[in-house]
Amino acid sequence: MINWANFISQCFNGLVLGALLALISSGLTIIYGTLGVLNLAHGAMFMLGGYAGWVAYTYTGSFLVAVVAGSLFVMIVGVVVERLIIRHFYTRPHEDQLLVTFGLGIVFVEAVRFFFGSMSQTVPPPGLLVGITNLGFMIYPTYRLALLGIVAVALVALYFVLYRTRIGMIVRAGIEDSVMVDSLGIDVYRIFMLVFGIGAMAAGFAGIVNAPVVSIAPDVGEAILVQTFVVVVIGGVGSFLGAIIGGLIAGEIISITSMFNPGYSYVVLFVAMTLVLVLRPHGLLGTAGRE
Amino acid sequence: MNIKRPFLVELLTAAALILAPFVLPHLGFSPSTINRILIWGLFGIGFDILFGYTGLLSFGQSAFYGTGGMFAAYLLTQTGFSYVMAAIVIGAAVAGVVGYVIGLIALRRTGIYFAMITVAIAEVFFFVEFNPLSAFTGGENGLPGVPTPVFDLGFKVFEFDTDWTMYTFLAFWYFVGIVIALRIVRSPVGAILSAIRDNPLRAAALGHNIHGYKLTAFVVAAIYAGFAGGLLGVMQGFMPPDAFMFDTSGQVVMQTAIGGAGTLFGPLVGATVWLYLSDFFQNTLHLGATWKLVLGIVFVLLVCFLRRGIVGAIVDLYGLSTGRKSAHPAQASAESAPFDPAAIAPIAPRRRGGAPASGPILEARGLTKRYGGIVANSDIAFAVDHGEIRGIIGPNGAGKSTFFKMLTCEVAPTSGQIMFEGRDITGTGVSDVCQLGLTKSYQINQLFDRLSVRRNLTIAALGEARGKFRLDLFRSLHGVPGLDEQVEHTAALVNLTARLDRPVSALAYGEKRRLEIGLALATSPSLLLLDEPLAGMSPRERVETVALLKSIARGRTMIIIDHDMDSLFELVGKVTVLQEGRVLVEGTPGEIKTNAKVQEAYLGGVHGEMA
Repeated sequence: MINWANFISQCFNGLVLGALLALISSGLTIIYGTLGVLNLAHGAMFMLGGYAGWVAYTYTGSFLVAVVAGSLFVMIVGVVVERLIIRHFYTRPHEDQLLVTFGLGIVFVEAVRFFFGSMSQTVPPPGLLVGITNLGFMIYPTYRLALLGIVAVALVALYFVLYRTRIGMIVRAGIEDSVMVDSLGIDVYRIFMLVFGIGAMAAGFAGIVNAPVVSIAPDVGEAILVQTFVVVVIGGVGSFLGAIIGGLIAGEIISITSMFNPGYSYVVLFVAMTLVLVLRPHGLLGTAGRE
Repeated sequence: MNIKRPFLVELLTAAALILAPFVLPHLGFSPSTINRILIWGLFGIGFDILFGYTGLLSFGQSAFYGTGGMFAAYLLTQTGFSYVMAAIVIGAAVAGVVGYVIGLIALRRTGIYFAMITVAIAEVFFFVEFNPLSAFTGGENGLPGVPTPVFDLGFKVFEFDTDWTMYTFLAFWYFVGIVIALRIVRSPVGAILSAIRDNPLRAAALGHNIHGYKLTAFVVAAIYAGFAGGLLGVMQGFMPPDAFMFDTSGQVVMQTAIGGAGTLFGPLVGATVWLYLSDFFQNTLHLGATWKLVLGIVFVLLVCFLRRGIVGAIVDLYGLSTGRKSAHPAQASAESAPFDPAAIAPIAPRRRGGAPASGPILEARGLTKRYGGIVANSDIAFAVDHGEIRGIIGPNGAGKSTFFKMLTCEVAPTSGQIMFEGRDITGTGVSDVCQLGLTKSYQINQLFDRLSVRRNLTIAALGEARGKFRLDLFRSLHGVPGLDEQVEHTAALVNLTARLDRPVSALAYGEKRRLEIGLALATSPSLLLLDEPLAGMSPRERVETVALLKSIARGRTMIIIDHDMDSLFELVGKVTVLQEGRVLVEGTPGEIKTNAKVQEAYLGGVHGEMA
C-alpha cells in the first residue's frame, strides 16, 4: 500500500515547499496588510528573483552572489514599481490595483521571455550542498535539506525585522492603521516603499534559492501565485503567523496528494480552502474587516 | 437615458454587425479574427455584468468558459448527440449550475479575497480538465471534430461552414447576447447590481438581499462564458484545453478593462484592439511573442491614465460636448423658489395587515453590546409608541450610534431583545428589518456616489416595490408599478427635484444630506431612525431640514439622534438621554432641560460638550 520511506520523504518535500510558500506569502501579506494592495505581480517577483540570480550565477559562478543579486534586484524592482506606479493607486479602488499589478506581472514575464527566451534554465546548488545525505531514517537530497534551513533562517530574519526593530514596529502599526501612523509625523510613504521592497524581496529570495530544486522559466511564478493565494486565504490576510501556518498546510497537502495522484493536489488544496472559508471565513488567523 | 429612443442602442448594434464584414477586412482584419472578436465580446458581456456593473472582479472566468465549451463539445463528439445549438445551450446551462455552486463559495468574501478565490478555482478546473477528467475532455489534446451547425428549414438548408457564414451565426448570437444584457442592466436587478458596486452596505440596508443578487450576477456571467465557450468549439471545429488556462481569465479581464468596464460593449472593443494588435505584431511586424510584452505595457498605461477604458472615454467626451447646457437654468429657479415641504403630501408609511396603530411600535429589553472589554450599551430598556417622535441625546461616546445599529440589526446585540410591531427582530438582518418598515438615515452619508439622484432614490424605492429578492431580470424599471411616482414624490419632499438627473458626486454637502434622508424615506418606513440628520448643516439648512422632518413625521414614528438640542427639542415629544451606554433619564424636552442629572452629564463630566 503506502511506501513509508516514500511517505516520509514526501512529508519532507511538503515541509520544504511549505516553508517556501510561507516566505512568499508573508511577503504578499505584509504588502497587503500595510499598503492595502494585493500584488498580483508577486508571482512574477518570484520568477524575477530566479532569473536575476541565474544571470549573476552565469557571470560569477557563485551561488552566494546569485542569491544576493537575485534578492537585491527584486527589492530594487519593488521599490521602483512602488514609487512609479503603485503609489498612485492607493486612493483608487481595489479593482484598479488588481488590474495594474496584474498588468505589471504580465510585463515582467514577457520582458523576461523577450530577453531570455521561454526555455527553462537551471542553477546548480553550491558545491558543498551537492549530493544526498543519509539522515538515518531516510536518504534525502542535501540541498533540499539545506533549503529548509535557509528558508527558516529567512523567515526568522523577516520575523526579527517585523517584530524586533523600530521599522518593524512602524510597519505593524501601519497594518493596523496607516492614517494614524501618518498623522504621528512618520512618513508612511517611505515606509510603504520599503515594505513593498521587502515584500518583493521575500518572493525574489524564494525564487533564487528554489532555482536548484525546480528549474526556472518565465511562467514559473503563475503556479506559485495561485498557491500563495490559497495560503493567504487559509492563513488570513495580514497575518505573518497565518502565512506560515497556511504555507505549511498547503505545502503538505500538495506533496502528500502528489504521492497518490498529482492531478488531485489542487483539488484537495481547494477543498481545504473551501473548508476554511466555510468554518472560519477570515482565515485561521485573520481578523474581520480586512478586505 | 434613452427613454425617447428605446431601441437605439440595439439598432446601432445590429447595423454595426451587418456593416462589419464590409468594412473591417479593409482595415486588415481577417474573417477568423472578426469571429474570434465576437466570441470574446460575448464572453465579456457576462463578465462586464459581473465586474463593471456589480463590482466583482473575478479572475476565474476560464472555469466557466471551458466547462460550457467542453460539455457541448463532449456531447457533440463523444455521445452521438447531433443538435449543435442544443448542445451549446446545455453547455451554457451546465456552466451556470457550476457557477452557482462556485459562487456560493467565492461570494462568502468580497474584494481581494473574492479575486484570490476565483484565481484558485480557475486553477483547480484547469488541473481537473487535464488529469482526472482527461478521459472525457481529451486532456492536453482537447476534443477535435466538433461539427458545424446546420439549420434545415425544409425549403433551404443553412450550413455555417465557411468563415463568413460562421460570422452570421456568431453575429446573430452576439446580438441576442447584447439585447439580453441590455434588458438585464436596465431592469430593477440591474439597478441593484450597480448599487452593490457603489455601496453594498447601503444596498443591503435598503432591503435588498445583496448576496442573492451577487450570486445572480455570478451565474449570469457563468452562463455567458459557457455559451461563448460552446461557440468557440463550434467555430474552430475543435475544443482547445487552453480555454481553461488562467491566461483566458486574464485576457477577458484585460480586454474588458481596455474597452471599458460597465459599458457592455467594452469587452468587444477591447477584444478588437487586443486581437488586432496581436495579428499586427505577429503577422505584419513579425515580432513573434513580443506582442504580449507590448500589450502588457499598453495595458498598464491604460489602467494608469484611462480609467474607464476606450468606450468610457468616448462616453465621457460625448457627455462633455452635449451635457453642458442642460443643467443650469433649472438650478437657478430651484435656488430662488422658497421651499415648503409641508405643502407636499407626505409619503404614507407601509401598513402591514391589521397592525395595531397604538401601543409600542418598538420595544427593546435588556439591550447590551460589548466590544471585547468595552461596553458600548448596557441593559437598555426602551420603548417608542406608534406615531411618536422621540429624541435621543447624550455626550459623545454615550453609545447612541451603537444603539441605533442594534435597532436596525446592523450589529447583533450581545444580549437582549428587540421587538418591532410585536415581532421579535433580534438577530435578523438589516435587509429584513428594512422590508418590515424600519430603516435609518446614516450619520455619515451612505449614498451611491456614481449614480444619479434619481437612480439612488429608485434603488431605495425598489425594496418596497419588489421585496428582498426577485429575479425580474427582463422587466423595465418603468414597468415597476408606482416606482416613478415614489421617486419623484420623495425627491420633491427633500427638495431635490431639480437635481434628479445629476450624479451624486456633483451635489453640495447639504443636498447630499437631504438625499441621505430621502433614501431612508423612499423605503416608506413606518419607523424611521435618523442619526444626526442636522450634522454639518448651516443654520439656514437646519431650519429647512427641521421643516422637512416635521412634514415627514406625519403618520410615521421617528427616533432622532442629534446634538443640536434647540432644533431637536422643537421636533420631539419625548427625549431619552444616554450616558456611558445606559439610559440616564427619559422625559419631555422641558423636563430634560431642567434635569440636574442631564446637566451634570453634559457639563460636569469629562466630555463637557454642549452642542
